[in-house]
Amino acid sequence: MTTVRSRLLPYLLLAPSVAFLAALFLVPLIQTITLSFSEDGVPSLANYTRMVSDLNFGLAVRNTFLLVLTVVPIQIVMALAMAMMLQKLPRGRDVVLWIWTIPLGISDLAAGLVWLAILQDRGYLNSALYGLGLIDGPTAWLTYETPVALFFGVLVAEVWRATAIVLVILFAGLQLIPKEYKEAAEVFGARPWTTFVRITLPLLKPSLQTALILRTVLAFEVFAVVYAIGGTNFPVLVGEAYNWQRNYQNTGVAAAYAMLIVAISLGATVVFLWALRTKPEQQA
Amino acid sequence: MADIKIDKIAKTFGNARALDEITLDIADGEFIALLGPSGCGKTTLLRIIAGLETRSAGRVIIGGRDISDTPTRARGLAMVFQNYAVFPHMTVYENVAFGLRMQKADEARIKAQVARAAELLHIEPYLERYPAKLSGGQRQRVAVARALAVEPPVLLMDEPLSNLDALLRLEMRAELKAVLREAGTTTIYVTHDQTEAMGLADRIAVMHGGRIVQIDKPTAVYSRPKTTFVGGFVGSPPMNFLPVTAASGAIDLDGLSLAAPRPEGNLLAGIRAEDFALSHSGEGLAFDVMVAEPLGSHTLLTGRSHGQMLRVVAPPNGDYPADTRLGLKPDPNRIVWMDAASGEALRQETAA
Amino acid sequence: MNALRRTVYFTGIVALCAWVLVPIYFIALGAFGGRIGVFRWPKSILPTDTSLAAMQLFLQVEGVGQAMVNSIIAACITMALSIALGAPAGYALARFTFPGQNAYRLLILLTRAFPLAILALPLTVAFIRIGLYDTAFGVALIHTALALPFAALVSASLFQAIPRELEEAAWVFGCTRLQAFLKVVLPLALPGIAATAIFAFVISWNEVFAASVLTVRNRTLTAYLLTVLAESPLHFRFAGGFLLIVPSIVFIFAVRKYLFAMWGIANR
Repeated sequence: MTTVRSRLLPYLLLAPSVAFLAALFLVPLIQTITLSFSEDGVPSLANYTRMVSDLNFGLAVRNTFLLVLTVVPIQIVMALAMAMMLQKLPRGRDVVLWIWTIPLGISDLAAGLVWLAILQDRGYLNSALYGLGLIDGPTAWLTYETPVALFFGVLVAEVWRATAIVLVILFAGLQLIPKEYKEAAEVFGARPWTTFVRITLPLLKPSLQTALILRTVLAFEVFAVVYAIGGTNFPVLVGEAYNWQRNYQNTGVAAAYAMLIVAISLGATVVFLWALRTKPEQQA
Repeated sequence: MADIKIDKIAKTFGNARALDEITLDIADGEFIALLGPSGCGKTTLLRIIAGLETRSAGRVIIGGRDISDTPTRARGLAMVFQNYAVFPHMTVYENVAFGLRMQKADEARIKAQVARAAELLHIEPYLERYPAKLSGGQRQRVAVARALAVEPPVLLMDEPLSNLDALLRLEMRAELKAVLREAGTTTIYVTHDQTEAMGLADRIAVMHGGRIVQIDKPTAVYSRPKTTFVGGFVGSPPMNFLPVTAASGAIDLDGLSLAAPRPEGNLLAGIRAEDFALSHSGEGLAFDVMVAEPLGSHTLLTGRSHGQMLRVVAPPNGDYPADTRLGLKPDPNRIVWMDAASGEALRQETAA
Repeated sequence: MNALRRTVYFTGIVALCAWVLVPIYFIALGAFGGRIGVFRWPKSILPTDTSLAAMQLFLQVEGVGQAMVNSIIAACITMALSIALGAPAGYALARFTFPGQNAYRLLILLTRAFPLAILALPLTVAFIRIGLYDTAFGVALIHTALALPFAALVSASLFQAIPRELEEAAWVFGCTRLQAFLKVVLPLALPGIAATAIFAFVISWNEVFAASVLTVRNRTLTAYLLTVLAESPLHFRFAGGFLLIVPSIVFIFAVRKYLFAMWGIANR
């Protein structure tokens, strides 16, 4: 059935999505690049200078990196542990998996609000601490004066919300490893930890790579969670982009922020692609 | 090298009895095949010996040591898996060395053992390659080398050849037999392929429904099966079972008279396809040919005799069109008499 | 595993389940607790101050109802568009080998490496010009760009899992390619495609940044909540958050069987 029409068929099927993505992804991408590098239609670096010299810039960069560099490793370790626990579960695996992946369906804004309810002055955390006698009354953790507590509040909320993403990827990867490898290792004398380090982790590299890239890129885009919990007390990169766009009506600087995030994301992706690469001959 | 004692091992999964009080003694250096159809419990038994499956009752004793409650990694066994389980992210060398590394052997010993195993299995040229670059047969050799490198007291093999194509299977079978004979390792080999079991084993344990039905040398299992199941499962084509009736100590087959092992009663005569003498003139048991398959070394005739389906081996160059009537004369010394009701063989009266 | 290890293990599992469920319970308490519940100190973990009245009050606030409608519209359009564009692409990837297939997959993966929602910034200008600014449809377009790669890759795996031989058998017995697809492949792929559609809905329903940038009067629920967040009383914020969560959880529950398979596959 290799008529001309059937040879064209795959391209015809792809065409609508390609056109769509070209219009709504490639074009805006190029526009963002040009927008960031121009002022009033003329090529210039004004937007970038404006961005860098802004008061909040350094803070936003520091906060975002701090958040990403703490949240991602925690989530990888947690998700790995959860995935291994899930594998050992004899019954009820589906129920537990469903519960653990509920946060996947929760908007980052909603997740922020959830933890606001807990961390807020008169919230549940303080009620518990009060009950344990550790504090005297409603205490504020999420203010400008308590940056460390605010950071940890945002950290917890992000870990709560987004670990499920990593869990699902890692668990899928774990399921793909034939159990014979672990059994063979066991028969030939490997203890559980040795099997995990020498057999499971290396075979999990592709999934780890995917999870790291996806989660890190998403982590650099953190926005609504921070806004819901800390308002404007904890500047982050996307929050600043939003600010410049909506409140200062300056799309140019917002675009500059966008390009910065793009550059960081691409950099992180390249690093992970290189660091966790598997030689083709090592593929199962 | 060690002997193995399997003492009343039983295994139930929920309500199903997978293994029913298996007792088996395997001598040091012996090659035992566990042969049976899927679901008979052979793999379960092997995995219980390896420790990969828990048992419901009984003990496993290797070399005098009761290892029933020892975790798998401490049992000191070696296993070859059906899907090879050769680690894809390690070189062949590292794969073969794996068990030795787990034993914390020193580099010199590892090098020597790997070299020896590689030589035995002819995989020296591949030592620095990754398994993805090897064919199925080569990977299988790596799996066997890995097992032999640790010089285990007992070697377990779970249908290691079933994923290879027919010709390769034949070659590997011969190689395996030679290698294992030289190594002298006590081996338990699980298979559903009766030619493999016949070709490789010192003794075959035929399993069915969670029990060992017969355990004997291959020739004995072939010529003197204890039940109709064994006769039908071992040997290709399966053994024929002809329902006959004994009267006054004799059995009449269309004029041919045979001495009956019992004076009266319904019996089954177990006769192998190659144990009939053919007569074109029609003397003997009446046999109508349905299909003749020329198989090169012989012709396999499938036909009917008194409504009963029989398979008969005929010389390769004859012509047997459908509906040819032949006469069959079974060799009375090769008949295995079975009780018609129970399907079990009667006690032998003549030493075969 | 011995008894001690077992207890630790199961405690761990239960604790992690509580870790997920308890905060949701708390925001539900917050949503239904109204003004009284918000200011109670210390908070009790029992639903003492809850009443439907608090939630009803929130729903009656100006803008909330309309925002929900806008969210639903945008999500439905996203759902329809991403399947309409993504499923054919998935079929092409699954059934054909053709030059450019790897480039296409790369394009799809590329959209992951970029903060997609941020590309909404230049689109503001373009949408104003076309007249799509401040419409649910405009928002849906961006959301479709977000959901499309996922829909395409998951459809590809879905179709790949259906043996080619089934279609070929249909051809042998006289069907055209389209007939074979409609009669044989589609019915088998339908549950998975439905699950993908629902997931696209959830992606759109949850999205915050692009929706906030692209709407002023016709805000979606997320945009609405984001803009009034600073000035809203606490109990309204909780009620809003709860409203955001509930449909997502319900939908994810409905497609839970496919959820794990879909995410695992799409992230290969």
